[in-house]
Amino acid sequence: MRFIEEYRDPESAKRLAEAIHKTVTRPWTIMEICGGQTHAIMKFGIDELLPPQITLLHGPGCPVCVTPVELIDKAVELASRPEVIFCSFGDMLRVPGTSKDLLSVKAEGGDVRIVYSPLDALQLAIKNPDRQVVFFAVGFETTAPANAMAVYQAKQKGVQNFSILVSHVLVPPAIEAILRSPTCRVQGFLAAGHVCTVMGYTEYEPIAQRYHVPIVVTGFEPLDILQGVYMCVRQLEEGRAEVENQYVRSVRREGNRPAQELIREVFEVVPRKWRGIGEIPQSGLGLREPYQQFDAERRFALSTGSVEEASECISGLVLQGVKKPPECPAFGTRCTPEHPLGATMVSSEGACAAYFKYRRGVQAAR
Amino acid sequence: MDQQMASDSFALSCPIPIQQYPAIVMAHGGGGRLMHQLIEKMFVATFASSALSQRHDSAQMELPAGRLAFTTDSYVVRPLFFPGGDIGKLAVYGTVNDLAMSGARPLYLSLGMILEEGLPMETLWQVVLSIAQAVRKTGVQIVTGDTKVVDRGKGDGIFLNTSGVGVIEHDLTIAPQAVRAGDAVILSGDIGRHGIAVMAVREGLEFESAIESDCAPLAEPVLALIGEGIEVRCLRDLTRGGLASAVVEIAEAARVQILLEEARIPVREDVRGACEILGFDPLYVANEGRFVAFVPAEQAERAVQTLRRFPACEGATVVGEVSRADEGTVILRSVIGTSRVVDMLSGEQLPRIC
Repeated sequence: MRFIEEYRDPESAKRLAEAIHKTVTRPWTIMEICGGQTHAIMKFGIDELLPPQITLLHGPGCPVCVTPVELIDKAVELASRPEVIFCSFGDMLRVPGTSKDLLSVKAEGGDVRIVYSPLDALQLAIKNPDRQVVFFAVGFETTAPANAMAVYQAKQKGVQNFSILVSHVLVPPAIEAILRSPTCRVQGFLAAGHVCTVMGYTEYEPIAQRYHVPIVVTGFEPLDILQGVYMCVRQLEEGRAEVENQYVRSVRREGNRPAQELIREVFEVVPRKWRGIGEIPQSGLGLREPYQQFDAERRFALSTGSVEEASECISGLVLQGVKKPPECPAFGTRCTPEHPLGATMVSSEGACAAYFKYRRGVQAAR
Repeated sequence: MDQQMASDSFALSCPIPIQQYPAIVMAHGGGGRLMHQLIEKMFVATFASSALSQRHDSAQMELPAGRLAFTTDSYVVRPLFFPGGDIGKLAVYGTVNDLAMSGARPLYLSLGMILEEGLPMETLWQVVLSIAQAVRKTGVQIVTGDTKVVDRGKGDGIFLNTSGVGVIEHDLTIAPQAVRAGDAVILSGDIGRHGIAVMAVREGLEFESAIESDCAPLAEPVLALIGEGIEVRCLRDLTRGGLASAVVEIAEAARVQILLEEARIPVREDVRGACEILGFDPLYVANEGRFVAFVPAEQAERAVQTLRRFPACEGATVVGEVSRADEGTVILRSVIGTSRVVDMLSGEQLPRIC
């Protein structure tokens, strides 16, 4: 398939892996930001091709993982209301809140629907004027433009029965939070290609400079990731700390301007709590004042409260790259995808779930 | 084949035999005249079989000598019609295929229908015609049946249940326990089409061209394998859970390690594209006309050639091997030459955020 097969070519993968082997002279620790990249690394066994000196750590870029339990609880509360049609992307449905997940709400009679775009949810609102349609607006900068567009159109068209439950988060503040942590081990980053397709990468340039850390904007196919690692290792070996773009077929330095303008029109930067990490200042998006009538938290009086995570769970440390999933004593025993203790086991793109799915037994099998 | 096509188009243009009511009403399941009319005119006349015509409470059949295979399955699918198939076809092929997976020759089917009040009679008729076609194609007979009607809103149009009886005419043990290290794993064709076809219609996803379900009967190709003298060790049809779940189940039951080669697993380009968009892994997507066969390695080539004689299996190919005894794992050699574990999913695949 064009644009897929050529980025999974075994010969090119081997050549890139050899180039990395030749370049490396000492140990380096690199973090891939995005859960999609973590998933691809595990699925294709990319780390197997790397020299032992390179450690890949898995970053916080899994929107399902970092959505706080409190928000899931709010989603559950909303979805349980008889007047509400609750719309969500599919992978949020299995994330457990304090008492249950959205799939259980559906089983109990709640009107929970999987949609593929927030604009589909808006259409649903237009078609069902006597119901309240709420869309679960989760994600990084990647999903923000479409969510902004849905709210923008709702306002333009005067759709009164549409709102969004917002849990938008941003990548650069998370990178800074990781770099500021005293336990930080990360020496280089693979930034998330799709996020940068929207936002460009100018906002990463001051971070690279300030913390003297190379950042390589990287795609999601095996060859993208290998090339991203290669570019990052070369910078590390040469003592450079720049922002480089591996994902040139999708990302421009300035990003997608119209998409950014739409985000700025509808959203403003706000503090957000990240599941497993805690509150990070200026790390999320919330609706701007003129659009707050579309904020589900305002429209419906929702209970608030904070929720304690299972004390045994180390997902916060995993999300920050301090620990790897198998270092957790509960991994694969008391914590599995069927019974997740925390964020990173919940989503298929969470680091713990990826290790669980693709790694158990591989070592023994070799 | 042409004759088959001709009779198919004839069947589909048959006028509906019941015109009194445009839709199913509760009385169609009430045991009275309306129900009898439905059974006589629509079912018995269409499914013509000697046992069904006896109208006993139970069917009486002659059984040939040999071991029997007996299976049951229920069919719920939304939408009822999708590119390449419908619930009627599924209900016949699905049960026939389950019989085929023990190497049995399928003979008889029962057909239970749960109809929802308000179901358009025309829809029921199309399903009934499709069942009749599938029955003819597979050479089985519907010998007994049941009809119930549930209140509007308590069903999803039509639910079907079919049970099947087949006769086992070979002496092979076809089961996971018969699988041995060194056996070849043969896949009967490209994977993932049924799941994506149904999903595309259900969710209103539009692709450049319609992806058709792979829904097909598999008894003939399986019986041909056995007829060719292939020592078939294990067979499994790939339905919900896809190739991955079927192979993991066998590995666990047989306590062996199975090695699959990703590059050798056929996935059509449009299916692969749809999976990329939705964040699905084709290894886990449902099929309705595909199976895996475990055979001794030295017979694999002959088995593949035998299967390829049948249109539903023309893409048959060796996709892996049983590497050794083990606690039951499946390892996938990826396209870039690395390895990973293949596991069962905990639930169904859900479309991801980005």
